[in-house]
Amino acid sequence: MLSDITIGQYYPGNSLLHRLDPRVKILLLLLLMAEIFIFASWTAYGFIIALTCALMCCSGVPLKVLLRSLRPLLWIIVLTFIIHLLGTPGETAYQLGVINITWEGLSRGTFICLRLMLLILLSSLLTFTTSPVKLTDAMEALLSPFRRFGLPAHELAMMMTIALRFVPTLIEETDRIMKAQQSRGVDFTTGSIFTRLKAMVPILVPLFLSAFRRADELALAMEARCYRGGVGRTQMKALAVTRLDYIAVFLMIAMAAGLSVLAWLD
Amino acid sequence: MGSFIEIEALEHSYQAADGAGRKALGGVSLSIGRGEFVAVLGANGSGKSTLARHLNGLLLPSSGHVRVEGMDTRELAERGELWQVRSKVGMVFQNPDNQLIAAMVEDDVAFGPENLGVEPLEIRRRVKESLEAVGMTRFRKRAPHLLSGGQKQRVAIAGALAMETDCLVLDEPTAMLDPQGRKEVLEVVKRLHRERGLTVILITHFMEEAMEAQRVVVMDKGCSVMEGTPREVFARGEELKALGLEVPLAGELAARLRQAGVPLPKEAILTVEELLQGLQALRGKAHVH
Repeated sequence: MLSDITIGQYYPGNSLLHRLDPRVKILLLLLLMAEIFIFASWTAYGFIIALTCALMCCSGVPLKVLLRSLRPLLWIIVLTFIIHLLGTPGETAYQLGVINITWEGLSRGTFICLRLMLLILLSSLLTFTTSPVKLTDAMEALLSPFRRFGLPAHELAMMMTIALRFVPTLIEETDRIMKAQQSRGVDFTTGSIFTRLKAMVPILVPLFLSAFRRADELALAMEARCYRGGVGRTQMKALAVTRLDYIAVFLMIAMAAGLSVLAWLD
Repeated sequence: MGSFIEIEALEHSYQAADGAGRKALGGVSLSIGRGEFVAVLGANGSGKSTLARHLNGLLLPSSGHVRVEGMDTRELAERGELWQVRSKVGMVFQNPDNQLIAAMVEDDVAFGPENLGVEPLEIRRRVKESLEAVGMTRFRKRAPHLLSGGQKQRVAIAGALAMETDCLVLDEPTAMLDPQGRKEVLEVVKRLHRERGLTVILITHFMEEAMEAQRVVVMDKGCSVMEGTPREVFARGEELKALGLEVPLAGELAARLRQAGVPLPKEAILTVEELLQGLQALRGKAHVH
């Protein structure tokens, strides 16, 4: 259980997508998502699907791993499809008793499912090709304009950083406490849900206590290393926009413009 | 050797839960020279950790003064400039798990200089150099939870070095480590002191570690009760034992041999080598007779 703890689903690599600046990636993802909602035509989707396939190819992440990200939402996709299939009025394509499948329903259902799958695949491409640390940095950078409205951008990012650092440590600790309690005869695996939940109490109490103690010591250690909040702070791995990012932004804007023209012509 | 840290009649009281103050330090005066290696010894609750936390302004004196290069920590705190002391006096804590902040070794070492607003390229240089100095370059991309205790403490030392600190305060850095990790950490500390002239203040309750220092200060009940070279201090074995401290094994054995009537040489015996020499000298004498 503890041999490899990975947070998020980062797939290390050095592909074009990995090398893009995380801020650019997030913004372009938002742009693409907006396009998916705005340009709801088959031609536009043809382009977006082609682009998604191209991105999947050059991400360096195996197709199997990428498609696995659809699995948790598979039921929602299927359910959406069925609802649209049966609930859309129009010309009947197939009839079985009270079940009436229309051509419009078939087309609409497919369309909505494609939309869902595109949204999921594109956002997974971001998390597959960007390490959590970089995502955190990008989040801090993108949120920092909102600081003047009182949004603690740096503090949020620092919390994420510390969480990323301590989740594995706390999981290890949970495991240790569980083993210690099991060796004293606590049974976590049998009994009703209620008894099992009750058995969790002797794990949670020491875990919380130790987490608070850790937090206390960590705060001291951070102070000892001159931490004074985000003001006047620099970053060793400062995010830098490269030519690759400019090219990507240019291409994406060109595509958005092209899709707009297409939509206008329709 | 100019005085680097000057502690003057330092007193500190913790606020207890019932509102009453509990005195942890009762008038400690100590002067530490630049480039010196001082070990602070004491049993649990002797106030040695409290003393350590005054050296970089994590705690402020209730009365008395702590000055680092002439800067008074209380005055700095009033001006909100304690970071000036903290960048000069780096600190390594006891628990290796609770002092690393980032999810990757090199990011963690960069944390100090990032806080000081150092330029990114210069941070990179410092991180590289600091990791080399503690022999952790190979692990720079590793996540901290995958390192051993000794390795984590070395990373913590590198984190202090990256601030270009002049002085390292180590608060029982080896108490939670296995013998291998203890050796690693101590060797790094000794080398940094020797090669870089780093001022080292080692808080410990291991006598063997204190032996490496140039000067030993023994604390008891919030006061400094003994001070001197390791040789001078450990020669007072009975007094140390009365304070709840253990004497180095070789010294203890020598004392018992003397008690049993073995005529060991008069000089203080602290290390295994010295004990061997003493015993060999005895054997030499026996052959003559």
